[in-house]
Amino acid sequence: MMKKILMYLTVMILLFSAFTFSVLSANKPPEKGERLPVINLPIPKNPDERNYLGLSGSSLFKIPQIKAKAVIVEIFSMYCPYCQKDAPGVNELYRLIENNADIKNKIKLIGIGAGNSSYEVEVFKKTYNVPFPLFPDKDFAIHKACGEVRTPYFMVVKINEDGTHQIVHNQLGNYPGAEPFLELVLKASGLK
Amino acid sequence: MQKKRLANLILIAGILSVFVSVPMAFAISDAYKGNIYQTGTLKPIDSVLKVKVGVQAPNFSLPSVSGEKVSLSQFRGKKNVVLSFVPAAWTPVCSDQWPGYNIAKDIFNQYDAILLGITVDNIPTLFAWTNQMGQLWFPVLSDFWPHGAVAKKYGVLRSSGVSERALFVIDKKGMIRYIDVHDINKRPPLEDLAAALEKLKK
Repeated sequence: MMKKILMYLTVMILLFSAFTFSVLSANKPPEKGERLPVINLPIPKNPDERNYLGLSGSSLFKIPQIKAKAVIVEIFSMYCPYCQKDAPGVNELYRLIENNADIKNKIKLIGIGAGNSSYEVEVFKKTYNVPFPLFPDKDFAIHKACGEVRTPYFMVVKINEDGTHQIVHNQLGNYPGAEPFLELVLKASGLK
Repeated sequence: MQKKRLANLILIAGILSVFVSVPMAFAISDAYKGNIYQTGTLKPIDSVLKVKVGVQAPNFSLPSVSGEKVSLSQFRGKKNVVLSFVPAAWTPVCSDQWPGYNIAKDIFNQYDAILLGITVDNIPTLFAWTNQMGQLWFPVLSDFWPHGAVAKKYGVLRSSGVSERALFVIDKKGMIRYIDVHDINKRPPLEDLAAALEKLKK
């Protein structure tokens, strides 16, 4: 009898574990040289943001579909003090890129708000006048797929001619300021 | 032989369950580095409310991190008040809640509301913890001694001695207009609080 109960319990625990494990995502961030996890983002409703990313339509897109040679992805949170502190410097990075005709159409910048609702992402966008597209990740799905990184977390994704892509740089916090970071992005993505 | 198989199964289940018990909630900001104590997933709510919407909010007077005492009654007739109880300093989720309110001052201003942050921690702990959040615009109050007395008065003191993650909206007449005793493991979405404040206008 006891054995039967034990067996039953074990099977239940195993089933539960297997289920939970399968929905649990990466337990480490994607490394340099690896591909991004599959991340589906909504195509922005704002036409300026759509143009900026070179996307059309109204459904979902994947980051490597952005029309660029390199994409800088910042995983942030409206609730994170360091993300708040770095926000003006990251805005400056956007302006440095946009004001440089040589790289303007080659490097794009997006932010993903880990655990943030659309409303919360908007509060962040408005507070810091963020000029580049931000996307909510309310249920932490993207955050989990990216190995539950702390924030802010930067990933530089190189998009190749043939449509393939790989991560060429990633870093947790330690944002060095717009100019050194741009330099780093240019080198890592082979644009310089 | 069967016993051995059973033992193996239990071992595998044990190993797998380590992966399963990864906490669902965490302070994800790098600002706290390794200083957040991982509590794991807790019982969502572990207290029984002693107040309800439509009644007068019990008054209290608590010391704040900046030094002065703050009483609920001092806002009577002047400001709407949002009480944000969070369970404890240096724990997940809490550490990622007030910094968000810190950049949402406009929303509180828009509804003529003040925010009072409350935990059961003592002042030195709250001082060190809130320093990691940058300069906060709202008072942070210590419900440390008598331990959790205010949380208890409102019915949000958990059996472990920390408070719930709870929001109370109190209007200028001192009446409770909104209560959200939230799942302790999750952060209440800001839009829910904004909607509650919006309702004060009506």
